[in-house]
Amino acid sequence: MSNEGYEPGKVKVKNNAYKFEGAFHHIERNQPILNEKGDLVGVTNPRNMTYVHTYGGEAVFFENLSKGKIIASRCDNKDCTAFGSIFMPFRIHCPDCLSRNTHVDITDIAKTTSRVHTFMITERTGAFNTLPKPIKFVNVEFEGVVTILMGPMLFGRPEIGMKVVPIFRTKDPTYTILDLGWVPKGTKESDLPEFYTFDA
Amino acid sequence: MSKPVYMVTGGMSKFGRAQPDKRTEELCIDALTESAHFIDMSPAELKKYIHTAYYGHFADHFGDQLLGESVIHDRLGLDPLGNIGVKTGGATGGSTIWEAYKTVASGYSDCTLAMGWERMDEVPTDEGNHLISSAADKDWETPLGHIYTGYYAVMAQRYWKVFGKEEDSFRRTMAEIAVKNRGYGRMNPHAHGGKDISVEDVINSPVVAYPLRAYDCCLMSVGAACVLLADERTAYKMCDDPLRIDVGAGSHTLRVACRRNMEIPLLPHETKDQYNDLADRFPGSERYPGFSGFLAARMASYYAYNMTGIHDPTEDLDVVELHDAFTISDIQTYEDIGIRPYGDGRTYVESGDCYHTNPHTGEPGKLPANLSGGLIGNMHAVGATGIMQVVEVGQHLWNRWREMHADEEKWARFGRTKPKDWKDLQVKGAKRGLAISHAGVGSHVTATILQHPDHVLDRRGSQ
Ligand SMILES: [Zn+2]
Repeated sequence: MSNEGYEPGKVKVKNNAYKFEGAFHHIERNQPILNEKGDLVGVTNPRNMTYVHTYGGEAVFFENLSKGKIIASRCDNKDCTAFGSIFMPFRIHCPDCLSRNTHVDITDIAKTTSRVHTFMITERTGAFNTLPKPIKFVNVEFEGVVTILMGPMLFGRPEIGMKVVPIFRTKDPTYTILDLGWVPKGTKESDLPEFYTFDA
Repeated sequence: MSKPVYMVTGGMSKFGRAQPDKRTEELCIDALTESAHFIDMSPAELKKYIHTAYYGHFADHFGDQLLGESVIHDRLGLDPLGNIGVKTGGATGGSTIWEAYKTVASGYSDCTLAMGWERMDEVPTDEGNHLISSAADKDWETPLGHIYTGYYAVMAQRYWKVFGKEEDSFRRTMAEIAVKNRGYGRMNPHAHGGKDISVEDVINSPVVAYPLRAYDCCLMSVGAACVLLADERTAYKMCDDPLRIDVGAGSHTLRVACRRNMEIPLLPHETKDQYNDLADRFPGSERYPGFSGFLAARMASYYAYNMTGIHDPTEDLDVVELHDAFTISDIQTYEDIGIRPYGDGRTYVESGDCYHTNPHTGEPGKLPANLSGGLIGNMHAVGATGIMQVVEVGQHLWNRWREMHADEEKWARFGRTKPKDWKDLQVKGAKRGLAISHAGVGSHVTATILQHPDHVLDRRGSQ
């Protein structure tokens, strides 16, 4: 991704506070908007700014994707109605008892039991999309997990019931959900998109 | 709720894909002015009754104005009355009415304004899609294409396969909804989605995300709508025939991914064992609500029916306005709110019950749906949508739908041509109606019930 004409802002943490360095916004001249007769109807308001986002207790999930691992979470509170439930999407706290969930590595479960519950293919995307078009989503069921994860299918054509396996952006990771993708079981390593591998 | 609540009046602006000739406040003033004139008052006379104001608009970043509610409140000249903003995505309009309702029911306010709007024309469509997608989970969903339609389409795909069984006949039933609602939109001077199209036009329109095609999808709009709610004493001072109003609400996980399995909660007319064979009839439907039902819609209608004594919505209601974001989600909603049992939603369309005039019999439809044109044929100016629906249902119950839609002066003022084959869609003798306001993949839903004061059910369900 390019950042034409300016250095992207970077953030460090010092004494448990964010330290901002570089440009987090840049200023562009506004423009008038005229109707067909040449009358003023409004103006443009250019704005380009970068936000910071805190992962908190979810950081462990996003950090491990680039290491080829899927970390889920489980309620281990024996008194909870959801005792033993494994959550993926990762939940920091159990939605029922609100106790802190235990981290569970479900990489092997994902490699061996993942099936497409449903899927979607579209040419349409919103601004800031970075996935190749057409974009394809799969919603993946795992054995022993109570929820169904949505992610991008990065090779092949999805079908309901299809067995799929995870792939990881182990090279040049984004540290976002885009570091996790899905391909049909049996896909060759050579067919994976740039930066993605089956294992770390 | 302790005190009965009444809807006194309501009004709407013109709706359009873009309205570069008007600021948002002008659209809101248009809506308030229409609601004043509807009960033969000037805006200044109407304003004297207002005690509290609730404002709904879905996205601050569409308008690029935090505290946009405060701007509108000032321009409506309602300072120093207390006011507050409401935001629940696509259900914002319904939620705004829900909040206003509670202020009157509790006795806090004797007359409350609920006003909603959206301004979706001030960014290019792809940026608009990005902004809408930021209402999905920013870590787990938004980075996936920045396209909300995609997060919904996975649900449509599942319903299409499991309940539609990928049948051509089901595909045509979906298309019928698009044809119906665009056709009704033609009769509505406020609407910008009216169009005379065929089932074939829908089936041949470009694929957005299979099985959804362009004509299966709702509009993106600019406009405003409002209603005024009041307690009994105030309502009868303001007009002769205020409508009883009650609102129920439900919610479900923002991420569809996080839904866990549960038993189907039953509506008043459903029976304990009625869904025992659902998975045999529709293999793949073992999970509830899974990816094919909206638990929030079921809960909202469960509360609303029990609050008002509605037993069977198809029997007890006369007109509905549903949140037809997509043709297939409209069918899903028929089941969630009990117009049809789970699995049988399509029959509401195929029977002709959902039409103003049943195309098979030529008789009045049993429970006409979306005579405004809905989100597909009228508009989806998000914060205004759920309020527009309630105004439309109210006009049927007041027997004033014709007056508000036939007026040549209104068609001309909105710069629109009244069709030569314009048809009066008034539901004759309508006593009770329902509006469903729905957010995205089902995070928030409200169910608003309007009843004519001469036909209020008691809570045991008899008149
Ligand atoms: Zn728990």
